[in-house]
Amino acid sequence: MSRIPTAAQQLALDPATVRRARALARKVGGPVVRIAKAHTTVSVERATLRLAGLAGADVEGIPWANRLVDVVRDQVGLEHGVALPVWDAMARSGDDLTVLAQKAAAGSVTFRVPDAGAARTAARRARSAVAQGFRRIDRNRRTREKLIGRYGDPPTPWVYLIVATGDIYEDIPQAQAAAREGADVIAVIRSTGQSLLDYVPEGATREGYAGTYATQENFRLMRAALDDTSKELRRYVRLTNYASGLCMPEIATLAGLERLDMMLNDSMYGILFRDINPIRTFVDQRFSRAVHARAGIIINTGEDNYLTTADAVEAAHTVTVSQLLNEYFAKEAGLADWQLGLGHAFEVDPELPDSFRLELAHALLARALFPDAPLKWMPPTKHMTGDVFRGYLLDAFFNLAGELTGQGILLVGMMTEAVVTPWLSDRDLALQNVRYVRNAAGNLREDFRPAPDGFIATRARAVLGEAVELLERIAADRGNAPLLTAIGDGTFGLMKRPADAGRGLDGVVRKAPGYLNPALDLLAEGATR
Amino acid sequence: MSDVVRPYGDTTGDGMVQLSFTLPIPHDKRAEGAAAQLARKMGLDPAMVVHAKAMGPDFTFFVVYGAVSHLVDLREVEVVERDYPLLGPKEVNAAIKTRLRRPLVVVGGCIGTDAHTVGIDAILNIKGFAGEKGLEYYAEIEVHNLGAQVSIPDLVERSRQTRADAVLVSQVVTQKDAHLHNTRELSAAFREAFPASRRPLLVVGGPRFDEHQATALGVDRIFGKGTTPGEVASYLVHRIAPATPPASPEHRRAS
Repeated sequence: MSRIPTAAQQLALDPATVRRARALARKVGGPVVRIAKAHTTVSVERATLRLAGLAGADVEGIPWANRLVDVVRDQVGLEHGVALPVWDAMARSGDDLTVLAQKAAAGSVTFRVPDAGAARTAARRARSAVAQGFRRIDRNRRTREKLIGRYGDPPTPWVYLIVATGDIYEDIPQAQAAAREGADVIAVIRSTGQSLLDYVPEGATREGYAGTYATQENFRLMRAALDDTSKELRRYVRLTNYASGLCMPEIATLAGLERLDMMLNDSMYGILFRDINPIRTFVDQRFSRAVHARAGIIINTGEDNYLTTADAVEAAHTVTVSQLLNEYFAKEAGLADWQLGLGHAFEVDPELPDSFRLELAHALLARALFPDAPLKWMPPTKHMTGDVFRGYLLDAFFNLAGELTGQGILLVGMMTEAVVTPWLSDRDLALQNVRYVRNAAGNLREDFRPAPDGFIATRARAVLGEAVELLERIAADRGNAPLLTAIGDGTFGLMKRPADAGRGLDGVVRKAPGYLNPALDLLAEGATR
Repeated sequence: MSDVVRPYGDTTGDGMVQLSFTLPIPHDKRAEGAAAQLARKMGLDPAMVVHAKAMGPDFTFFVVYGAVSHLVDLREVEVVERDYPLLGPKEVNAAIKTRLRRPLVVVGGCIGTDAHTVGIDAILNIKGFAGEKGLEYYAEIEVHNLGAQVSIPDLVERSRQTRADAVLVSQVVTQKDAHLHNTRELSAAFREAFPASRRPLLVVGGPRFDEHQATALGVDRIFGKGTTPGEVASYLVHRIAPATPPASPEHRRAS
């Protein structure tokens, strides 16, 4: 295998152009990181409290984390972070975190931003409490590594299947059945609209809409069920959920606390597709990615979504640009290459001549640019017409492209895409499709060499060139954050999202000097106490 | 052509159809018999169970071929026929100019979680669909395409701001009838936000809709798959700038 030329060699990519692309991504992303570091959000502060063990909700279902952060914000603001006022109040009253949250919600706690000795005491106690959460995340990571060590990892691409009934107790047997049928990764799709809730629902849930709510208890139940199945199959079955939307930092934290293995986590998806405020997104994303890095979670980015709105050929370079930006933001937050499930999709119009060669060019380009990342390969959706027979054929070509270009994570395409939620038989047929292609052509990569000046290599180089041009255009803006200008102008996915608008903007707070967040400190130091 | 037809396999009148389904029983001889029984009850006689495969210990998948005994009477078929004249872009522009005497304002988008703007873009973007230019191409139509995953309150707000004559909503990818649920929500929100005389025309489209259901879903018109921009533009003119004003201007905005 080692004699196979790398994808970059096969496409004869100019190493200087590749370096230039990365340098531009850094140049464009850097100012956004500076803005992210200068702000906090209500969800980052709530995630900090959750790491310290605050769970549960009031009778209306509003989590205590929300209640406490809201009261602290009303009384003293969040400019100094939630940790100092909260642990100061605990030191004065002797209450534990949950009791304090309950009393605060009832209006019987007066918060202050402590100084001098009181501040030092509060900071020390906050750190010690939050560190317990990280020790649990660290233990989970070791458990995962141990289980993978015991069972071994499946061959790539990993087969990724979705369950989404809305009821966690229905999801569990479906997920276990999917794993028995060959799924390496189970994703539980979230209920419609959860990304726009500014709180994480509590407990086991049985009523979701076109998906199941992401809650800590649902995470725990599903992971425990898949642990049983992993043991039965002697194969570690990974669990995926979505760290996106307004509660990205909290969901990432709960994923770490409950040993989820992969999380959807894109740097711009929420901005573009959910109209979430850009600053809110970048602050939340940086925190969530740092937690994922610590937890050993693989992120999946959402570039496939661009191609559901824009044309897959015309917009191919925006996928590359987004991958480069996602890589920059991910690494800045501490993620390693093996944790970057950078996204892309098989969405070229099948009526176009050479559509499959175009797909191969785009997929190989991603492989070439990110040789150590487990790329996330998404099946056709846009050109699935309801003709399930044609859909099944397209899915086979999608599977073949995945094998041929060494994709890491393959979301299994359903022939009934755009028709119904997958039936049991759709999933079974889809897995037969994957197995046939893998068995028939899994090693074809050894023989497959695009001609250096052929259609595929030329197309890949052209897309990279367009990506560099777009990054140069973005970087040429003289404002203090060119990327925010570009997002405001509709550069990505054709949606215009200005930095001073969008959902969740009121949850963004500029940090004051003396801001304290023990979670950010423990993440930056990699410390356990 | 006869008014009575049967499905066509390879010979006129053979009545051949194919179907596939799953039964929640283990795969064995009895399961295949059960599949044949279902097919017969569905009107397939003779029914051939050509494929049966176990899916795990508790389910079996079948492919069945057979001749249906049913006849289709074309005289009894009911469809929504176009009840408005089809106009070219020039005629649409002229009608709006002379009868409405201001641009016709259209707000469009995908609601719910659907990120697939392929439908709304086909109708609205200049590029268009099936060789016809989209509504943006029409000089007298002012288009506000809000894109994917627009919330219903935002759609109402933008319709108010832009004084929209019509709201076009596309639903391509749907799960568990989300498109129906979303459409009812859309209708309720607009009926609440606008008095009946000022409410924009509500038009939804997508491959999973039944064109008969407009009234049941509380919208003015449903367009199924394959609808072209010209059809939509002609319909909008028919309703908003009609040749003879309707007796009760239900959907006309007081201007």
